[in-house]
Amino acid sequence: MMQELRRKWKGWILVPAILLGLAIGLTVYVVNNPGGTMAARMLTYPSIFRYLREHVLMVLVSCLLAIGAGVPIGIMLTRPRFRSIGRVVENIVNVGQTIPSLAILALFFTFLGRGFNTAVFALWLYSILPILRNTYAGIMSIQPGIIEAAHGMGMTPLHVLGRIELPLAYPVIMAGVRTAVVINVGTATLATFIGAGGLGDLIVTGISVGRPIIIFTGAALSAILAILLDHILGQIEERLVGS
Amino acid sequence: MIKLENVTKIFPGSEIPAVDNLNMEINEGEVCVLVGPSGCGKTTTMKMINRIFEPTEGKIYVNGEDISKINPIKLRLGIGYVIQEIGLFPHLNIAENVATVPRELKWPANKINQRVDELLTVVGLDPKLHRNRKPSGLSGGQRQRVGVARAMAADPPIMLMDEPFGAVDPITRARLQNEFLRLQEQLKKTIVFVTHDIDEAIKMGDRIAAMREGKLVQYSDPNELLSSPADEFVANLVGRNRSIKRLHLIRAYEAVRSNVPFLEKGDSMESVREKIEDSELRAVLVVDDRQKLIGLVSADDIKKDRGAKVAGDLAQEIENYVTDDATLNDALSVMLNLGEGYVAVVDDGHKLKGTITLGDLLEVVKDDDARAAS
Repeated sequence: MMQELRRKWKGWILVPAILLGLAIGLTVYVVNNPGGTMAARMLTYPSIFRYLREHVLMVLVSCLLAIGAGVPIGIMLTRPRFRSIGRVVENIVNVGQTIPSLAILALFFTFLGRGFNTAVFALWLYSILPILRNTYAGIMSIQPGIIEAAHGMGMTPLHVLGRIELPLAYPVIMAGVRTAVVINVGTATLATFIGAGGLGDLIVTGISVGRPIIIFTGAALSAILAILLDHILGQIEERLVGS
Repeated sequence: MIKLENVTKIFPGSEIPAVDNLNMEINEGEVCVLVGPSGCGKTTTMKMINRIFEPTEGKIYVNGEDISKINPIKLRLGIGYVIQEIGLFPHLNIAENVATVPRELKWPANKINQRVDELLTVVGLDPKLHRNRKPSGLSGGQRQRVGVARAMAADPPIMLMDEPFGAVDPITRARLQNEFLRLQEQLKKTIVFVTHDIDEAIKMGDRIAAMREGKLVQYSDPNELLSSPADEFVANLVGRNRSIKRLHLIRAYEAVRSNVPFLEKGDSMESVREKIEDSELRAVLVVDDRQKLIGLVSADDIKKDRGAKVAGDLAQEIENYVTDDATLNDALSVMLNLGEGYVAVVDDGHKLKGTITLGDLLEVVKDDDARAAS
């Protein structure tokens, strides 16, 4: 019981607090010690907060939409009716995953123009892939005897999915979501190239004006954001599996 | 109860039928064993009865109703189902596993709980200890028990069992089989039982359907299968030592010799000596005041321990005993394993029923040979 409490405290409070503390400490430090007027103009509280907000928004919106699309499509492909095209789709997804993320952003920039929406759309498409693939693989990897037993005992297909297949595939699906989110945080730094803002603005500006402290701020904040989101998802996963 | 009429199953992409024009009838309250080598169509036949597979041709009737006209979900909820490797749901605990069908039938929670405890007790698992365990925390034998309990949850009149005792060691398997037969004697379910093990078929079946390449070769009771195999295939299936196989058919309570001399633990040394002198084996079994078996006194024991006053002081515990629902084959393996010429037979309360000797087994085998020859 004590151990359980300590583990929960560590997972939900301590680790996130350390990461947040690190991010805040870093921000306070660079704003107070910009080391020059050029950097000082970039590194103010409102601007850093705006970049961060844009970044988080891009990641959250695209990831939520990706879960909303990837999981249902993945489930659909495992149904008997669509199982024959499942493999084909899986291969397409695997090929899609090898396209560089910058190329995807650039591609949609040519069709959809610049801005936040284009970035979200490209990120969405890119994060569907691991979620869809893991949903499909997670369900397909369940021992066939288990599913047959469920059907054979008279469970309705919907109950087989909800009570047997999804709970068993859940860890694999969650792993897909975590991969998608981590990749997404990284890829979102490239959104600056199509004018969608985010922490990438800091990095690219830092490079062009040759001020390492600006680059460092953008890079460190996006890294902390990735670790934090991954950690929280891990906690959610553990909580649902453990119950 | 279950009737198959000209049933043929050809799987898509295959030329050869998996089940070929099968006709058979399974009576209510009987265990019908489908037996044959792998690929003979026995599992396919079973899975057509709960519509996991649909027959390509022919009809199947349950209680006179054509099952192709019954909603598969409704049909399956009325048929208990145990598959190979049991297929327990690994993420659910034992109670939740057993409650699968009652939950589908939307029973109230307290009724489900009560039923789960009752069933776990029936299959010999302590509900308090096992309810909340996950299947991975159970031994193979316990998992098979849970599988059987799960299939019986809503008390279906029909059960389909596909090698339900396949994945355990021979000793556990024999015990599970005996327990299951004892249960079946009370429950009288209609059971379709699939196995590739002819010994299991002979032991479990009221009727045995020997199958080969999708066809039914012989459908008869075990005695007939052993004494007059329909053709060479069935003869090979049952094997050469048919007389010994018949030992699977006879239970210890049918063959036990109950008039053997025995001692109560309070008996005086005088009567101990007297009875040992009289016995062929120069040893006598000892029971307590409730007729429960304690052990054995032999002539040597008397010599060794001169201070003993009553039979109970001398009794040595023995291992060569079987319960009365064991088959004679079980009794024979106990004798061979322990190198003894006899076994004691006890009931499920460990009360002494009598003994069976190697000679008795020979008599049984000889009688049958004589009957088969005539």
